[in-house]
Amino acid sequence: MSDDLYDPSDRPLEPTDDQPLDTVEASDAIRDKVRMDLAGGDVGAVTSGGLWRTAGREVLRKKSAIVGMALLSILLLLAVFAPIIAPYPPNKVLFDEGVSPRDPPCVHLFGCDEDKPQHILGIDGNGRDYFSRIVYGARVSLLAAFVAVLFAVVWGTMVGLVAGFFGGWVDNVLMRVMDVLLSFPSLLLAIVVVTVLGPGLINAILAIAIVTIPQYARIVRSSVLSIREQEYVSADQALGVTRWRLLAHRIFPNTLTPLIVIATLGVATAVLEIASLSFLGLGIQPPTAEWGSMLAAERNQVFTAPHLVFFAGLMIMWTVLGFNLLGDGLRDAIDPRLGR
Amino acid sequence: MTTTTVGDPILQISSLETHFFTRDGVVKAVDGVDLTVGKGEILGLVGESGCGKSVTSMSVLRLIQNPGEIVGGSIRFHGEDLLDLSEKEMRSIRGDRISMIFQQPVGSLNPVFTAGSQISEVYEIHEGLKKKEGNARAVEMLQKVGIPDAERRIKAYPHELSGGMAQRVMIAMALAAGPELLIADEPTTALDVTIQAQIIDLMREIRNDLGTSIIVITHDLGIVAEIADRVAVMYAGEIVEEADTKTLFADPKHPYTKGLIGSIPLAGDRREWLDVIPGRVPNLIDLPGGCRFAPRCRAREEAGLTMCTEQRPELTGVNDEHTVRCFLYQEGAK
Amino acid sequence: MARFLLRRFISSIPVIIGILALVFALARMIPGDPCRAALGERATDEICDAYNERYGLNDPIHVQFGIYLKDVATGDLGESFRFGVPVTELLIQRLPTTMELAAAALLIAVFVGVPLGIISGYRHNTKTDVATMVGANIGVAMPVFWLGLMLQYVFAVFLRDTPLALPPSGKLDAGLIPVPFYEVWGLPENGFMEFLSEFTLMNSLVTFQWEIFSSAFLHLILPAVALATIPLAIIARMTRSALLDVLGLDYVRTARAKGLRERSVVLKHALRNAMLPVVTIIGLSFGLLLGGAILTETIFNLAGVGKTLFDAITSRDYTVVQGFTLVVAISFVMVNLLVDLLYTYLDPRVRVS
Repeated sequence: MSDDLYDPSDRPLEPTDDQPLDTVEASDAIRDKVRMDLAGGDVGAVTSGGLWRTAGREVLRKKSAIVGMALLSILLLLAVFAPIIAPYPPNKVLFDEGVSPRDPPCVHLFGCDEDKPQHILGIDGNGRDYFSRIVYGARVSLLAAFVAVLFAVVWGTMVGLVAGFFGGWVDNVLMRVMDVLLSFPSLLLAIVVVTVLGPGLINAILAIAIVTIPQYARIVRSSVLSIREQEYVSADQALGVTRWRLLAHRIFPNTLTPLIVIATLGVATAVLEIASLSFLGLGIQPPTAEWGSMLAAERNQVFTAPHLVFFAGLMIMWTVLGFNLLGDGLRDAIDPRLGR
Repeated sequence: MTTTTVGDPILQISSLETHFFTRDGVVKAVDGVDLTVGKGEILGLVGESGCGKSVTSMSVLRLIQNPGEIVGGSIRFHGEDLLDLSEKEMRSIRGDRISMIFQQPVGSLNPVFTAGSQISEVYEIHEGLKKKEGNARAVEMLQKVGIPDAERRIKAYPHELSGGMAQRVMIAMALAAGPELLIADEPTTALDVTIQAQIIDLMREIRNDLGTSIIVITHDLGIVAEIADRVAVMYAGEIVEEADTKTLFADPKHPYTKGLIGSIPLAGDRREWLDVIPGRVPNLIDLPGGCRFAPRCRAREEAGLTMCTEQRPELTGVNDEHTVRCFLYQEGAK
Repeated sequence: MARFLLRRFISSIPVIIGILALVFALARMIPGDPCRAALGERATDEICDAYNERYGLNDPIHVQFGIYLKDVATGDLGESFRFGVPVTELLIQRLPTTMELAAAALLIAVFVGVPLGIISGYRHNTKTDVATMVGANIGVAMPVFWLGLMLQYVFAVFLRDTPLALPPSGKLDAGLIPVPFYEVWGLPENGFMEFLSEFTLMNSLVTFQWEIFSSAFLHLILPAVALATIPLAIIARMTRSALLDVLGLDYVRTARAKGLRERSVVLKHALRNAMLPVVTIIGLSFGLLLGGAILTETIFNLAGVGKTLFDAITSRDYTVVQGFTLVVAISFVMVNLLVDLLYTYLDPRVRVS
């Protein structure tokens, strides 16, 4: 058609302003977004009490969350009532009762001889009741993972709040340090930290916590940055509210939503990594009943006594699955855009 | 407005029903729509957002996605019911004989492909051309829709184009295969006012030069007044009034249409207040039993009609060229 | 492109310096003095003084760091006291095994995970989708070491006398010794050649040592599958959700309105856009692979970087820990740099103007 349709206000080949062209920042932004998608949902989502209630109802609507909660409830029952559920103390050696090392599971109902000692998951290499150890193992795993995540969340939140709120060189230095920590494969870094601190329960927890701090720090920081721009914060600033008050009363409550989701998923990772450390002999040490180290103790017997490897791993999987499903459900409930 | 002789109908939609089956219930987005488009005609389809006008257009191309479904009616294109076609036959119509442009031109173009390759794709699908030939044709097409320096623009990515340019690219893409019917869904809503006017001119030229029939879907009566030959007004999933443009603006019948027209500010207007239609668009899941506009209708109260909340009015002719769905114009209404 | 690469590289320099500092600090933070850590508890004070003098351990800390940086830059990562060879040499021998394992695992994870994610996203909410996602959730939850042991049990014991039996550990059958390609081809032997020849699969392939090739291949299957499982599940989930995000966008509707078949809509128009987060996740899962390699190599008794690193920790061979940690961390950084490079190919919006 005609040339007079040319519109002078249509700019020549120039980027439109909404496109990220700083490639370096763009790729970092993409990576952050992926991390959040994996474990967070919409960062900076402003929540009110109403939304929380709706979210609660949504969680109950998600099949995955229900399954997750069911898996975790069973686990929690095992952990809390371990002394009642477990037929023996976890470290009691039962050679006096006529067992031999690595006896396979023996349950009368499933055709095992009635005269033999009845142990539903068999006996481990040191003559202990394997089922009792599995049950007590739930205590150690859950406790260790919770403490690790709590520690990481507290420190990560502080770092993120401070970096995001103060900006400038404080932000720069803190975030560079976090970048360095993130540039290590997490299990490797945890191993390195344990190497420095020495093996053991507390040090393994510390290691896992240190490794995951950057994750929380980055997410809290970007939350703060987006919330800081929002009007109600500016309004408060105009009214002369102090920085710390702002931080504590306005910004922190708003970063809570993504944090809870990520922390839930973080417990899953912590369970897995603590078990991995223990498996390598760097975490919780025998004779404490812990699934990772129980598995390590019997790993050379996998060909002759596979049950001693199978059930410990199954419990780890159970726990991780439970937290992952619950975390996914929470995320979907809080950010319905991702809910499918 | 251009006067054109309108040819035989190429598209006839009758009692179309498209419903969405959501968790909260069935959304009757389109609930018994009848529409006819003649050859070379520009039909305006007007209504507030959420009234079902876009769903109607997507139904024509059979692009309704889950959980939506066309549950009844027919869409005759040259007498053949599109709803009876196989998916493969339908594909050969989409983009070739019936094509569409959308509200957000930049977002409607794929960010990772160049403008040229996206236009060329139409030739590759429908005319079996090679990429190179397709590209050459794409340059021609871009020139046709008034894009200067087309050889260079063809290599541009969507984010390098302004909104107006992107909409031209979309139009070029829609017109590439020489369709008989172009459906423009809010084609100018996202654009600046000056560029809006250019796009409207462009569409009018397309009709005049190529004889393409166009359905313009919009909430903006101003655009309709400028471009359409005939107007259908949609409310809550049904057509409430249809007439040629001049008649509709000069003598609107339906209280809803009157309200819409009354809410446009006019040059030289001496009114102190613009008229506003009270209330809100009804929930499409839980529609009122009688006339869907009844809860918001002042004319009904003034005329003292009670049947409006109980019975659904039919679309009836005021004269040959003008139909309305309202009891006010029916004899014996109570 | 070169400019982009350069800019990205420069921006990763602070991180690399941070890694160097951390690894350097690691050696100073290890309990006990470095001399006795290196020479054993029975080293006398005189010997230790000499040792400290020689390695500059009496110098101020920033001088020591300077020396360390210079050593690393010249490829000197110290000497393993356990093996009595330079760490660099140990790397030459051990790195290829891990690289082959990680590459195999990555291939499995990507070439199974991405298609699964596509099918799942495309057939969203069908039985296929639900089954895939249940599988992916279980896959993510599996401890690598447990999966490895179970695979060993199933394929080496349970399926022992069937054609499906697979070797449970090691890199090759006992008695097989591969001939390096440089010997076959009469090329000079040097560090780089030796490094290349340690890629057993490649080496046996190009020199037609079929028996070795098939043995190496069979030995690689179980560890690669064990290592691939978690990344595979993550990649499948990410592909699915990225695809679902994209399938709802306007340009996908445009593609359909053009008359494209649904397969082209998904595979051409949607997938290319959905790949951005997927590629990111692939880069990040490389970290999982490197961490998992420590467990996998330990279980399958493969003398790669992971097992060597772990053995070095248990035997307090700290120069090896230091050197290997450094190499692993830097290769992780490099992989993510590569991922950024891929962005520019995948999405023109990230391209440099």
